[in-house]
Amino acid sequence: MEFSAVIFYLFAAILLLAGLRVITAKNPVHAALALVLAFFTAAGLWILLEAEFLAITLVLVYVGAVMVLFLFVVMMLDINLEQLRQQFWDYLPIAALVAGLLIVQMILVLGGETFGLNPPAPKPAGYSNTKELGLLLYTEYVYPFELAAVILLVAIVAAIALTLRRRAGVKWVDPAVQVKVKREGRVRLVNLKPQKPQAQSEEDA
Amino acid sequence: MIGLNHYLVLGSVLFALSVLGIFLNRKNLIVLLMAIELMLLAVNINFIAFSHFLNDTAGQIFVFFILTVAAAESAIGLAILVVLFRVRRSINVDDLDSLKG
Repeated sequence: MEFSAVIFYLFAAILLLAGLRVITAKNPVHAALALVLAFFTAAGLWILLEAEFLAITLVLVYVGAVMVLFLFVVMMLDINLEQLRQQFWDYLPIAALVAGLLIVQMILVLGGETFGLNPPAPKPAGYSNTKELGLLLYTEYVYPFELAAVILLVAIVAAIALTLRRRAGVKWVDPAVQVKVKREGRVRLVNLKPQKPQAQSEEDA
Repeated sequence: MIGLNHYLVLGSVLFALSVLGIFLNRKNLIVLLMAIELMLLAVNINFIAFSHFLNDTAGQIFVFFILTVAAAESAIGLAILVVLFRVRRSINVDDLDSLKG
């Protein structure tokens, strides 16, 4: 067995075990960490498929941002785990039936099938996957790319708008009012006449 | 030799595993979201495998957009989850029956 096959089977095994841990872990924190492992091994498989840019993106965006968000939320919420785990295995027979059928069907259809596609020749040493993706993304797919940017903006605004909470009794200044402040509103110059200090010797005496 | 079918079978097994996860964790909203992420990962593996074996970069562009939409989806989903927890003090799917559906 050649080296890339060993790598593939190793990573596939880790990926499936991590996926199994995600769906069976008692503690959601453990599930999230297993999902991180799954994303890492999937990134390794993608590098094996010469999709370097997306592999790095998966690690940076998914492990670095989305999974950290998941962990934040999981740790922030005070969840009653006992209640959520009740009757956990009740649906196992039907679920295993559905999943098993899915796997068997897929293997029957795809197992021996290569669609007449043989592994392509490895790319030359100076080949840059990122450059090629960028060339395609900023020319042919520039319109979907901008739509994706809008979707991300909507997600940012929606996430903030949903979770923003105005508390009563908090001292804060309206920024609009704060910006409009003029010097005249805050500083008052008072004209005082100069006064001579009272001679103290008389009182003392 | 690792061919296209190996990756396709891996993707479908991962997908079936997340279907199983959705069945088992039907009460826990957070793990449901994680199972959906796992599903999207399985689909992305298929896209990248086809992109590699067809020598066509369009598949990778598609994965790029799936990642974008999935990130937006999980951000909004988790925000809704947080708001839900503030109101109901629970993320149990059985408690979310105010619509009497």
